[in-house]
Amino acid sequence: MSAVTASATHAGPLRVLLQNRVVTLSIVVLGIFAIAAIFAPYLTPYQPNGLSMRERLLPPSSEHWAGTDELGRDIFTRLIYAGRVSLAVGLGVAALASVFGVVLGILAGFFSRLDPAISRLLDAMMAFPDVLLAIALLAAFGGSLLNLIIALAIVFTPRIARVVRASSLVVRELTYVEAARALGVSTPRILFHHVFRNITSPIIVQATFIFAAAMLSEAGLSFLGIGIDPSMPTWGVMISAGRQYIDTAGWLILFPGLAITICVVALQLTGDGLRDALDPRIRKSI
Amino acid sequence: MEHPPLISVEGLSKRFPTRAGDVHALEDVNFSIPRGSIVGLVGESGSGKTTLGRCILRLVEPSEGRVMFDGQNILDLPPKELRALRRRMQIIFQDPFSSLNPRMRVRTIIEEGLIAHRLGGTSRERRDRVATLLEEVGLQADHMTRFAHEFSGGQRQRVGIARALAIEPEFIVADESVSALDVSVQAQILNLLLDLCEARNLTMLFIAHDLSVVEYLCDQVVVMYLGHVVENGSTALVHSQPAHPYTTALLSAAPVPDPFAGRDRNILKGEIPSPLSPPSGCVFHTRCPLMVEHCRQAVPELRAVGGRRVACHRAEDVLAMGPATGAAATL
Amino acid sequence: MHTSSPPLAPPTLEVTALQTSFIYKRFSVKAVRDVSLRLERGKTLALVGESGSGKSVAALSLMGLLPPAGRIVGGQAVYRQADGTTHDLARLQRRQMRRLSGPDLAMIFQEPMTSLNPLLTVGDQIVEMLLTHERLSREAARKRTLDILRLVEIPAAERRIDDYPHQMSGGMRQRIVIAMALVCNPALLIADEPTTALDVTIQAQILDLMRRLQAELGMSILFITHDLGVVAEIAHQVAVMYAGEVVEQAEVGQLFSSPAHPYTQGLLSSIPHAMRKNPEEGRRARLNPIPGSVPPIHALPEGCTFRPRCPHSEQRCTLPVTLETAGPGHRTRCWKWEAVQWSTRH
Repeated sequence: MSAVTASATHAGPLRVLLQNRVVTLSIVVLGIFAIAAIFAPYLTPYQPNGLSMRERLLPPSSEHWAGTDELGRDIFTRLIYAGRVSLAVGLGVAALASVFGVVLGILAGFFSRLDPAISRLLDAMMAFPDVLLAIALLAAFGGSLLNLIIALAIVFTPRIARVVRASSLVVRELTYVEAARALGVSTPRILFHHVFRNITSPIIVQATFIFAAAMLSEAGLSFLGIGIDPSMPTWGVMISAGRQYIDTAGWLILFPGLAITICVVALQLTGDGLRDALDPRIRKSI
Repeated sequence: MEHPPLISVEGLSKRFPTRAGDVHALEDVNFSIPRGSIVGLVGESGSGKTTLGRCILRLVEPSEGRVMFDGQNILDLPPKELRALRRRMQIIFQDPFSSLNPRMRVRTIIEEGLIAHRLGGTSRERRDRVATLLEEVGLQADHMTRFAHEFSGGQRQRVGIARALAIEPEFIVADESVSALDVSVQAQILNLLLDLCEARNLTMLFIAHDLSVVEYLCDQVVVMYLGHVVENGSTALVHSQPAHPYTTALLSAAPVPDPFAGRDRNILKGEIPSPLSPPSGCVFHTRCPLMVEHCRQAVPELRAVGGRRVACHRAEDVLAMGPATGAAATL
Repeated sequence: MHTSSPPLAPPTLEVTALQTSFIYKRFSVKAVRDVSLRLERGKTLALVGESGSGKSVAALSLMGLLPPAGRIVGGQAVYRQADGTTHDLARLQRRQMRRLSGPDLAMIFQEPMTSLNPLLTVGDQIVEMLLTHERLSREAARKRTLDILRLVEIPAAERRIDDYPHQMSGGMRQRIVIAMALVCNPALLIADEPTTALDVTIQAQILDLMRRLQAELGMSILFITHDLGVVAEIAHQVAVMYAGEVVEQAEVGQLFSSPAHPYTQGLLSSIPHAMRKNPEEGRRARLNPIPGSVPPIHALPEGCTFRPRCPHSEQRCTLPVTLETAGPGHRTRCWKWEAVQWSTRH
């Protein structure tokens, strides 16, 4: 019977991931967002901050696909430029939180003496509302794109750290780690080659969710006017600025709102798909 | 045994603190392993045999006692010297599935020790060495690019053996290394271990619960019960004339692959007591058919009786009764 | 115990050419390709094989416990009740199967916790089992439960009856599972590696218990195991499986003394035994294992599946082999069984 299950699991994670149509679609959508952000200058004839008082608050048309805002700026142009910032924030936060979280999580999971201190710290951070913590950190650091990314990364670190700690506790007990110790392999090498490399799957999954959560938080903070310089277009800034015109020119907030929603939903679905694809137990039953 | 032993375990104890109190995993364990010999360590689950193997390699820190390896106490060594000493002693594990890192190719797994001790030379030289090792353990050189999951249980165990041998240790702990294998694969691995021991003049501590394997493979045997060594001597002697009632029972309980063998055996009553609160006196007295009042009170010393060492107040009586009837007579 | 009596009464269980496949979306795997067994009333038949031999799948097929992908695709498994009524276990609906299990069929597994509900006391579980199958008052059922717990030698049964499974040791739990299996007095007990997870002294207790209960209650036992030592201890008949097929079935003494299949022969010579040690040569004697390894189930060789590892193989072994009679109650799936038997004796 073992032979049977073995051959059934040999479908790689990528194949399992792409077998799920919703996930495939989500990845395509994210790809489009990413391409739009990278090639922004080539996709639009307008400048994101190009004012035109004659073309204020125009509804969507063939010339301005998503209309214009109260200063006559092309909303579609601003959307794709804003996507650059939002995606950069999401990616930056996910990456940085992963680094912080992996370090803390492995230290806590592998060295029992450090565990109580690190775990208490993480619990304390988790007990704080995300947005409040971010606001407090930004107030301390001062608002800039980089500081926003750092602040949000700190906010989301416990999510990664807890997953990493739990996984390292499991891996630490596995025989191959003991084998490496018996061989006289150095502790840093054990941590990297034997522990870290075997817990990457849950980290990737969590990082995807943090990507989405960071984008949402950035939008929320920008909407509140905290964080990024308001002259830099982000989806949150656009919604915040457009909310006065919600009755007369709804497209001002409709399109950035849609962008956030689509992006976040696509990320969440991808995260779910990744979790299933990377979990050998679930993969076996597919 | 005119040569000094390679390993000598002296007064080794290990207690694991838990919320419910200390687990007495090992109590005052004494025995030695002569250079070039294979010593079997037998006991049931809860006997402490696995912990003992780990303590001897200092993968688990003992609470008390000494482990002398070639004249130096490895429990005193600072971390750096301990790491250097690890080159001389290795372990082969029971579970061929969890003992190999699933993300590593076989080559990386085997050369890890070489790199850690700066033994392998250039990458090319290491590659050649891995190839030779794979062939020595009965695999093929081109297996080195594969991952562990591409192998069967027996083949994985061979990879584990190659990993242990890569740094050319003198001493190997084989922790139930054939227990998880099917009998035909087990026979292949046992032959391989014997070949390697002879070819490389290895000293081995072979931990097992299967007495027939130990009888086949080992020169000496150490029988453990609830953290105590109860009997220790040459395999042939202990198996033919056990002097401890537990050894007698263990031998008699082992299923014999011969339908024509006699079946009038003594079956031990009850189960191994909790190591949280081991019995007073002789730890075996709760199950022992020969128990007398004295056994409840006095811990039996490990003493020489009839050519081996045994920890039983009534060892002489056990010997006198003979192995077949042994304890059964008084049941 | 080991004398073979001529099979007068019809057997309790007769399996003929059973085939079980696992059917997935893209492919299917034949895990059991040809299993034929004959279990006499009141006897123990051991089904032996190494991992991947298909012995567990065969057992699950008989018990109607195959996982969703598993399907019996051929053959029959005729279970005969004491009154002569027969049921084909290979074709039973789940509901009919459930009615049979308890009073007719019972099972025990390697890991006792899989058969025990951790939230109920062991007593309640056995009482429930009784009440499902027999018309009894709760008090009577509890009394019967206490009796069966004493029968399986649970110490202080009147106290342990109200324990939860987690309060017991592995050996105790296996006794409880045996009690649960036997409380309705089944005619056929299927035991899948029931002692594999246990220590050797506890295994001896359980094997002894099963032997004694069989003598008292007269049930037939299909005992699945990989351990030839256990086989020699408990079986009257043995069937050896290799790569999804029964390759040999014989009375236990016959199988151990003159195996008529090279795989059986190889298994027996793989068992470590001190007698093979040869101290005079100064070098320990080696075992004589079967070379190579079991072929993957999706790439079996043509003809005899054991051919690539067989010391006796020759040209005609590439042709399909069937079970041949090698003596009274002795069947083997080998063209050259006479040569194989001769080689054992010499």
